[in-house]
Amino acid sequence: MEEKLLKNEEKAVFALRSLYRAYGYLPFKMSKFEEYELYVRNKDFLVSDRIITFNDTNGKLMALKPDVTLSIIKNTTDSSGVKQKVYYNENVYRVSDRTHQYKEILQTGLECVGDIDSYDLYEAVLLAAKSLDQISENFVLDVSHLGILTAVLDETGGDDAFRQSAAACISSKNKHDLQKLCGNCGISQENTQKLLQFIDIYGEMKSVLARLDSLCHSEKSREALGELKMLANMLLDTPYADRIRFDFSIVNDMNYYNGIVFRGFLSGICEGVLAGGQYDKLLRRMGRKSGAVGFALYLDLLEELQRPSNLYDVDTLILYDEGTDPSEIAKAVQNLTDRGECVSAQKSAPEKLRYRRLEDLRKGERA
Amino acid sequence: MINIALPKGRLGEKVYAMFEAAGYECPSIKENNRKLIFENPEKGVRYFWVKPSDVSIYVERGAADIGVAGKDILLEYEPDVYELLDLNLGKCRMAVAAKKDFYDSGERTLKVATKFQNIAKQYYNSLCRDIDIIKLNGSIELAPILGLSDVIVDIVETGTTLKENDLEVVETVVPISARLIVNKSAFRFKTREIETITEHMKAQVSAND
Repeated sequence: MEEKLLKNEEKAVFALRSLYRAYGYLPFKMSKFEEYELYVRNKDFLVSDRIITFNDTNGKLMALKPDVTLSIIKNTTDSSGVKQKVYYNENVYRVSDRTHQYKEILQTGLECVGDIDSYDLYEAVLLAAKSLDQISENFVLDVSHLGILTAVLDETGGDDAFRQSAAACISSKNKHDLQKLCGNCGISQENTQKLLQFIDIYGEMKSVLARLDSLCHSEKSREALGELKMLANMLLDTPYADRIRFDFSIVNDMNYYNGIVFRGFLSGICEGVLAGGQYDKLLRRMGRKSGAVGFALYLDLLEELQRPSNLYDVDTLILYDEGTDPSEIAKAVQNLTDRGECVSAQKSAPEKLRYRRLEDLRKGERA
Repeated sequence: MINIALPKGRLGEKVYAMFEAAGYECPSIKENNRKLIFENPEKGVRYFWVKPSDVSIYVERGAADIGVAGKDILLEYEPDVYELLDLNLGKCRMAVAAKKDFYDSGERTLKVATKFQNIAKQYYNSLCRDIDIIKLNGSIELAPILGLSDVIVDIVETGTTLKENDLEVVETVVPISARLIVNKSAFRFKTREIETITEHMKAQVSAND
């Protein structure tokens, strides 16, 4: 197949499928519909809570899938020492933040659910980096650890409302409002400074780890830092060491995510194209004992990536009329397509068609 | 090259003066012509003027790497951007105002006229107060005078317009000032340039204080 004909997102789907298969992830195919109840119970996990619903033939309220992860988890079982590794390539239906209209979004991604350990976390981050690299080598994968952030927020002694607002400030790297917030909520000077430093700590893995050492004192934060260090050590040995960075402004919903979270960016696309992390808390809420890590790539965003624009719609335009022998047209078309050219046979030139060359088989005109 | 979206108007001129003082001048911007984009390749900056409420859209969608927007716009539209600096310019406040003799007994739904629906909703949500929002696009002060609303939620700078119309501030919702915002993806791929500009602008903020 000619690669130049494929759109960015189509190329990505092919490349990613073989990447995930190579690491033992099995394809997960699901129905477009899911029982609405599944989403009601886990509404906050969804990016948007507006869902397209309809009644099934038996009267049951169904939804057009707004999310894939919940369906995958629903179909897994707890069993110690075992992990289920799946990848998917599905359309989801969500209300876009920007247009406030429903949108069909092509998502590809993977989930590792079960008795997960440090290796699985590393594998997920590595595959996220590899996925981005398949699309463009000019990528950045930012990794954060919610365990560290949660521990540091706990240490401040602020209430839930404070923690939520503080996390929002950290996610928008907003030091001035965070400082005011701490002042208003009576947070100690020492803890305020600590939180403020979190906004400044980002960049290359080694230097971030060195700075974190002096900020993590509690048992919980040391434990989380240990995890992050182990992950960094493994990632530093990969070809992506300079593309993977630490940044604590990556703050996913802390009601569902814990531990490692990450987001991927491609140069030329104005928002993150990949998002993921460890979400054991979601599984707890669904009554499971096991853990999970996964990510999704928003393929619809790849449209923004520059493609070499075609100056022509077709290479050759063949014009014919009533007097032209159909087999002559067939032969001419065959000749050109055999040479790898793109041909359009028409009776008259379509107004907006851009063609490189014209082949005129019209008999009447010539006569 | 760093693209910078400036808000049209008096605030934008002050903001440009700050960029200029910070070492990112672009002399062509002061020429009186119809050009829309101004560039200084030596300093690696390109400026353009946009409607103040559109700055956050340009930045969120990556057409501008950096922009300057009022906190009112950021609170109202909640764009997904980094907010790196409070420029301490264009200071005012978002406030609830009403006719001087208005008393809210809390017995009935409060009618609120505003341009800033999201801010008003969030503010009254936090007070658990039931409200009826009336979205207006201008001359908000007229609403309570004509009985269209009980109160308004709007930006108050000096309070002169309110005073002249027998209105007064009842409550401050949030203080407002201009903020330096940055596209999240651009921050990752142009980190050093954006950090440098932010540092220089920060020095200007301190110098102005």
